[in-house]
Formats: sequence, C-alpha cells, structure tokens
Amino acid sequence: MSFQPVKFYQTGTFTVGNRLLPPEERSVQAQAKRYNSINSGHRACQGCGEALGARYAIDAAMEAVDGQLICANATGCLEVFSTPYPETSWQVPWIHSLFGNTAAVATGIAAALKVKKQQGEPRNIRVVAQGGDGGTTDIGFGCLSGMFERNDDVLYICYDNGGYMNTGIQRSSATPPAARTATTMAVGAEPGNVFGQGKFVPAIAMAHEIPYVATATVADLRDLEAKVRRAMEIRGARYIHILVPCPLGWGTASNETIRIARLAKETGMFPVFEAEHGEVKSVLAIRHPLPVEEYLKPQKRYAHLFGKTPQVEVIARLQELADRNIRKYGLLDGGER
Amino acid sequence: MDKPFAITLDPGSSLANKTGSWRTFRPVYLDRLPPCNAACPAGENIQGWLYHAESGDYEQAWRALTENNPLPAIMGRVCYHPCQGACNRQFVDSAVGINAVERFLGDEAIKRGWAFGKPMKRSGKRVLVVGAGPSGLSAAYHLARYGHAVEIHEAGPFAGGMMRFGIPKYRLPREVIEAEVQRILDMGVTLKLNTKVANIADAMKAGHFDAAFLAVGAHIGKRAFIPAADATRIVDAISVLRSMEGEEKPMLGRRVVVYGGGNTAIDVARTAKRMGAEEAIIVYRRTREKAPAHDSEIEEALQEGIMVKWLSTIKQADAGEITIEKMALDDKGFPQPTGEFEKLAADSVVLALGQDVDLGLLEGVPGLEVKNGVVQVGPNMMTGHAGIFAGGDMVPSERTVTVAVGHGKKAARHIDAWLAGEAYAPPPKHEVATFDKLNSWYYSEAPHQVRPVLDIIRRQSTFEEVVQGLDEGNTQFEARRCLSCGNCFECDNCYGVCPDNAVIKLGPGKRFQFNYDYCKGCGVCATECPCGAIKMVPEEN
Ligand SMILES: Cc1cc2nc3c(=O)[nH]c(=O)nc-3n(C[C@H](O)[C@H](O)[C@H](O)COP(=O)(O)OP(=O)(O)OC[C@H]3O[C@@H](n4cnc5c(N)ncnc54)[C@H](O)[C@@H]3O)c2cc1C
Ligand SMILES: Cc1ncc(C[n+]2csc(CCOP(=O)(O)OP(=O)(O)O)c2C)c(N)n1
Ligand code: SF4
Ligand code: SF4
Ligand code: SF4
Ligand SMILES: [Mg+2]
Repeated sequence: MSFQPVKFYQTGTFTVGNRLLPPEERSVQAQAKRYNSINSGHRACQGCGEALGARYAIDAAMEAVDGQLICANATGCLEVFSTPYPETSWQVPWIHSLFGNTAAVATGIAAALKVKKQQGEPRNIRVVAQGGDGGTTDIGFGCLSGMFERNDDVLYICYDNGGYMNTGIQRSSATPPAARTATTMAVGAEPGNVFGQGKFVPAIAMAHEIPYVATATVADLRDLEAKVRRAMEIRGARYIHILVPCPLGWGTASNETIRIARLAKETGMFPVFEAEHGEVKSVLAIRHPLPVEEYLKPQKRYAHLFGKTPQVEVIARLQELADRNIRKYGLLDGGER
Repeated sequence: MDKPFAITLDPGSSLANKTGSWRTFRPVYLDRLPPCNAACPAGENIQGWLYHAESGDYEQAWRALTENNPLPAIMGRVCYHPCQGACNRQFVDSAVGINAVERFLGDEAIKRGWAFGKPMKRSGKRVLVVGAGPSGLSAAYHLARYGHAVEIHEAGPFAGGMMRFGIPKYRLPREVIEAEVQRILDMGVTLKLNTKVANIADAMKAGHFDAAFLAVGAHIGKRAFIPAADATRIVDAISVLRSMEGEEKPMLGRRVVVYGGGNTAIDVARTAKRMGAEEAIIVYRRTREKAPAHDSEIEEALQEGIMVKWLSTIKQADAGEITIEKMALDDKGFPQPTGEFEKLAADSVVLALGQDVDLGLLEGVPGLEVKNGVVQVGPNMMTGHAGIFAGGDMVPSERTVTVAVGHGKKAARHIDAWLAGEAYAPPPKHEVATFDKLNSWYYSEAPHQVRPVLDIIRRQSTFEEVVQGLDEGNTQFEARRCLSCGNCFECDNCYGVCPDNAVIKLGPGKRFQFNYDYCKGCGVCATECPCGAIKMVPEEN
C-alpha cells in the first residue's frame, strides 16, 4: 500500500497537516512553500473540485521529481479556466494540446526528452498528461490506449467530474447512471443517464497491464499524494483517475465539494484502489459505511430520484452498483478478499 | 515586435485576475468557546491547556491551567467534572478524560516542583481572606497575583476546608492538599491557622484591611428529629469526617447506618467500612436516580460492599436497632410513607443531611442580606456591605470545590477593580462551539483511557487512594482525543483544501490568514475545518 495512514495523534493523517506529526510525515499541501502549480486567479467555479484536484496532484508530482516536470493538458475546464490567453495560472511548463490528443502529445514530449537525454541532457525531466473525463474516456481514448499499450513513460491523470462540464454539462462515458446532464435530461420513462452504458477506464487501464493504475478523490489528500509519488517512482505508462466533484454540473453547494467526494467513497459509489500490472494491490477502505442516498440526495443531478414519489427502484439499482464495488474491491475490509 | 510567431500579447500570470470580486460570503477565522470551558465552574481554559499537553509540553499546559485554577492536583481528584458532561467528544465516542489529564498535570507539577511566578507589582492594598477552603485559597492566589497583600485567617489547624475535614483521604491524599497550598503561600500569602474570625468588622479594623473575602463554608450538620432511646449513638457526618483528621478516631461500632443520599453520606459510609464496620448501610428516602450523590460514587460505594436502603426513612432509633419506614414515590415523584416498617440492627446512626452556614462572624454588619441560611452576593460577589465579598458554600452555590474555586477567582477580579475604584467588566463571551459546528470526520478513532483503580480488598480496609492516575503515555493519548472545539489547532485543512489557494499559512503558532484578493467565498474551508474555527459571513455589498 502506498499510503500508510497514521492513527491517533488527534486527527492522524485525515487532515492536510498535523502539528503533532513529525515534519517528514506531513503532506505536500501542508508546506508553507508548496509549489502551487496552479495558482490563484484562475476562473474555475467556486468550490471547483477539478482545480483542487489538479493542484493536489501536480504539486505532489512536482515534489516527487524536484520540479522537473512538463504537463500536457487536454481541452476542458481545467485548461479553459486556468489559461485564458495571455494569462495562465500554471507555474509549471505546460502545453495545451487538443481535446482528444493529450496522451499522444505527452508521448511525443517523453520521446523528445529521451532523445535529449541520450544527447547529454543532465536533468531527469518527467511528463504528465492530464484531461477531463470527456477528453480521456471518450475522445482521447484512442491516444490513451496507444500510450498504455506502448508503455510510454507518461503519467496520465484523468480528472473525472462525470461529464463535459466546460461546454455545458453533456453526458460522457464516465457520467454515472441516472445522473441528469444536458443530454440526459430528467424526463421520460427512464430519466437521467441510462444504466448499462459507459465505462470505467481504470479497469480498462488495468487490462493493458501497465505498471501502475490508481483511483483517488479530493477527499483523501494523503492517499492521493502517496499515489502520485508512487507513480513518479515508476517508469512507463501510469494512470491515475481522480474523482473531482463539480458544483455546477452536479448541483451541489460550493462548500460541499470535499464532502461529496468523501460520500462517493464511503458509499462505495467510487472505489478507491491502486493496481500494479493489472492486479489490485490495495484499497482505501470505507470508514463509516453509508447507503447511497447519502451521496445522491445532496446532488441536484439526482433530484428526480427524490421527488414526490421517490424512485426507490432506481436508487436500489444504484445501491447494487455500490454493493458490487464493495464486493469486488473488498472496500469494507481494506481489500482483504 | 519581437514576439514569437502568432503571439500578440505578453504572457501573464492569472494573479492579475482578482477573483475575490466574485465573493458574496467571506470566510473569517474566529475562536468559539469550547463547551468544556463553558461548563467549567472554575472558568478554566481546558481546550487551551489540553493543546499544550497534546504536544507533550506539560509545564506549559500546567501554567495555562493555573491561570485560572491554582489547585489542579486537587481538582483532578475531586472535581465532578461538568466539563466532561459537556465535552463534544461524547458525540464521537466518549468524553475526553479532562479530569485525568488535569490530575496528571497537577501531580507532575508537584513532582517537578513547578512554582508560581512572584507578583510583578505591589498595590499597597491589604485583603483579608476568611477561611482556607478552596474558595479562600483561590481568592488569595488571584489577589496575590494582582499584587495585593493577602492574609488568610483560618479557624482550623490545617488549610483546605472541607477538602481536608470532609473529603476522605482515599479520594484526596493530604500531601496533595499540602503541596498545592504551600505553592500559594510561597507567593507571599500569609496563612494564620487556628485563627477564628469572631467578628469581621473588628478583624478588618485590627488588621487594617481594605477589603475582605469571606469563605467560611457550611460546617454545621443539619439535624433531623428521630425519637431515640438513650443508648443509641446519633452523630453527624461532618463531625465524624472531621474527627478522622484528629488523634481520636470516631467510634461507630460494627453496624453503622448512614442517613442521607448525598456525597457526604457516601463518604461517611465508605469511611465507616474502612474503619472496620462489618455493615455500613445508607438509608435514603428517595431513589438512586434522585439521590444528589454522583452516580459514580454510589457505584464505587456499592463495589466496596456498602448497602443502600432506597425509599426509606428512619422512624425510630432504639438500642442496637432502628426502625425504618418504606416510602413510595407519588405521581409527582415525591416520596410518601407507606406504613410498612422494617427493623435494622445498628450500633450508630450517622446523619448526613446537609450543612448550614455559621454566620456568627457577620453579626452586626450593616447591609448584609441572608436568605435560606446563605449570604446573598451581587454578580460581583460583593455582599450588601461594601468591601466585604463572599463565595463558596456560604453563598448560593452548588457547593462543590470547583464552584468555590470559581467564586474565589471571580471575587478576586472584582476586589481588585473595587480597590482601584473601578468596576470589572468581564470580556464578552464567544459563541459556543456546539457539535454541529465541527466536522468530526477528521478525528481519529481513539478509545477513552480509563484510570486504574485500587484492588477491592485494599479499598475496603485501607485509606489508600482508590482512583489512580494515568501515566505519561496514556495522558498524552487522552489529551489528543480533544477535538479542539472552536479553536484552530493548525491542522492545515483550510490551507490545503482551498481550490483558489487563497489561504496564507503564517507558520507554527501564528495560524492563517485569508487572501481576500482571490478568495471566491466557496466555503470549502469553513466546511472542512474540523473544529469550527471558520465562519462564513455575508459580504456587505
Ligand atoms: C464529605 C464531603 C465530601 C465532598 N466531596 C466533594 C467532592 O468530591 N467534590 C467537590 O467538588 N465537592 C465536594 N464537597 C463539597 C466541597 O467540599 C465544598 O463545596 C467546598 O469545600 C466549599 O469550599 P469553601 O471554600 O466555600 O468552604 P470550606 O471548604 O468549607 O472551607 C471553609 C473554611 O473556613 C474556615 N472557617 C469557618 N469559619 C471561620 C471563621 N469564622 N474564621 C476563620 N475560618 C473559618 C473553616 O475552618 C474552613 O477551613 C464535599 C463536601 C463534603 C462535606
Ligand atoms: C475536438 C473537439 N470537440 C469538441 C470540443 C469542445 N469541448 C471543449 S471542452 C469540452 C468538454 C470537456 O469535457 P471534459 O473532458 O470532461 O472536461 P471538463 O470540462 O468536464 O473538465 C468540449 C466538448 C473541442 N474543444 N474539441
Ligand atoms: S473535545 Fe476538547 S475542546 Fe471539545 S469539549 Fe471536549 S475537551 Fe473541550
Ligand atoms: S476555500 Fe478558499 S475560496 Fe473557498 S471560501 Fe475558503 S478561502 Fe475562499
Ligand atoms: S481548518 Fe485547521 S488550520 Fe484551518 S482554521 Fe480550522 S483548525 Fe485551523
Ligand atoms: Mg468532465
């Protein structure tokens, strides 16, 4: 397990920092002089999970490689809100690719760096590609699979907010069933997104048997940082899929972002684990098991499930999905299956 | 133009974009009042001193504690800890063992010889304190810190008041009282033992005192009329407990009946057991739930083999035997006689029916008001006679050591102001950090550390201390169970969770600051602050 939680010490490693922990056991985000790879002044919505997740992840990557990092970024909110030309919030070498080709652009950068290294470049410069779920699981999927299959030396980070948020909240293949989006309206016999479609790219990444695949959420910083650190220790293709709540698209209060991500994990709706070469190595166990309603209710994208006549059958189907995750990944017993 | 191909503008940082203008609510840091602090009758800053104990800085913790209460080793043993009853951690698992940590700090201070600082200034004023119980001692300590010359006049041969003459040794070893009293005297406080103040006005005049604080307690045992044959020994509990401190121990016999349901009844029954009584039976007219004694003490007594006749009154005492009548609760919960009688063997009957105040020293003092046998005081603890203040058991109070200590502190503040011709205005109280203000997700699972207890045989036959202390390891663990309600403990959450990087970390001990140029007012920081030290307030315009 990349992350060994510290218990006791008041808040242990649940909080970002902890004055009672020895300095070397504290998080990257707790440092007074952290990188702040994506700085203030960006135009993300209030309480944006993606902006937060990106700072968590890229700061951790920067820390792991001593600042020797290049980022390629797909089109999507993260790119649009951070870099309205000529301004940028990024404090790392950063390139905007197209919507669908970030993995390929990163592959190219990695190839160029390899050549430069052979020509005597003394630094060990590493590459991260990042994009939203639309850019990753849909339009960029071919480039991504190619990057995995060739085992290119790139860490690909997907910020999953369950839809094409930047263009007005359309459905992606990562939109969860029953969720309302602009293209899966809460109308008709089966309101919201359909059941039985879409894909869970972390599992597909594992099927490529690449060295490292992990999922994370913005609610578990220490786990997320440890996974990025671990990924940067490895060469070859790596994939981290981070759940980042979107207050606008999900219809949640801006202050609830972290709480909602936590509920996704605690209800089993989003399994948090890490895998090496196609095999699950550890899971972040559920701490206080909760029914899926706890996760669904605060989100307006599921409001149609809780109208005058609650859609108990739909809720039960979602609970089934959560239960399957819990079984499949052993989320209640820390992965001991 | 020597810009690269297709570039027409200079690249710039997004710092030019002040997103603070988006805000409709702004986060602000605040300190809320922890419920433990709010509940402490001595006004201790519990959260504040636990904070130091958490990092193992016990001396700093003790110094923070004694800002308000000079008797932590005593409090850590006898306080009924209303703080723990209010502690927010009870809604997570169980309350923080505040009292156990307090005792550890008190004992550590005695072991390491930590002393109070000497007063910085001298006011030139003289204050007489009457009575060296907890209230008088507390007042003397605080008055000395303000720079006043303090003299305590105590009628008895020892300091401590009811802590010495009431509370038995097995709950409060005498060395502990002596050490904490001596530390107060070392500040320059004068203590005159065996000096009963017969008349307060005369005593003040004779000693040229500018003000007085009275804390004579309540020492006269209440009587009840019980028809008794000459042969029965009927004694009062306070005299029994007091005589335990002298050369001649009380003679109670093999079968002792104690009449009453308060802590005094429990203490005297437990004392009788330790003195060799085969049977120590408490007779009380109401139920266990209604008894004023604290349930933990009833429990400890039962463990030691004390028997209790609930819902019973004593009708008659004959030689070697008493008659009790069974009672039943009426609809209103009051005990009513049933006409059903029972006989109990008894060599002596000890009355523990509460105490009255001896107000003799106040005779002829104009302006005083006495109601229900206690002296009335204003919110500033001053009696109706200017310059004479009073506190502890002799004024309206719950009659605990902790309330007495609190009165002493409060009175000292007002006396200090009064001597300067001013009035003390307490600072406004912060809003209470109720549990709903916290985000309890962040706290580790951590079971309460239980204090070890002496084995039962020794509890029945010796006066050794029953409840033992925690060691350093579990003290620190217990301290770290504190949720730091309402007061920043520098967990870095706000700094970490802000999507806009709008929190500035000022460094250890200096807390944090919002960067309102960029804060969009999302409220994530306030929601994720574990201890409720951030509040969202609407922007003015
Ligand atoms: C058996 C028993 C057990 C108790 N257990 C607990 C407990 O576990 N926890 C708790 O919080 N409370 C307990 N209490 C209550 C607690 O002891 C009192 O509330 C507290 O001691 C009151 O403090 P005080 O300073 O007002 O008065 P006291 O402690 O009564 O002190 C008054 C002092 O004034 C002296 N004095 C009286 N008249 C004069 C005079 N004219 N001149 C000079 N000196 C005079 C007395 O000798 C005495 O030393 C117990 C009480 C009893 C009786
Ligand atoms: C080829 C192409 N098609 C469509 C778009 C329009 N477009 C820009 S961002 C975006 C959605 C991005 O969704 P996602 O990748 O999930 O990122 P998010 O905005 O949700 O973070 C779309 C459809 C584009 N830029 N390029
Ligand atoms: S958790 Fe700590 S601050 Fe909160 S009430 Fe309990 S002791 Fe006081
Ligand atoms: S999390 Fe950041 S942006 Fe949101 S209210 Fe707090 S300081 Fe402001
Ligand atoms: S989140 Fe942590 S660091 Fe920030 S105010 Fe609250 S306790 Fe202090
Ligand atoms: Mg998206």
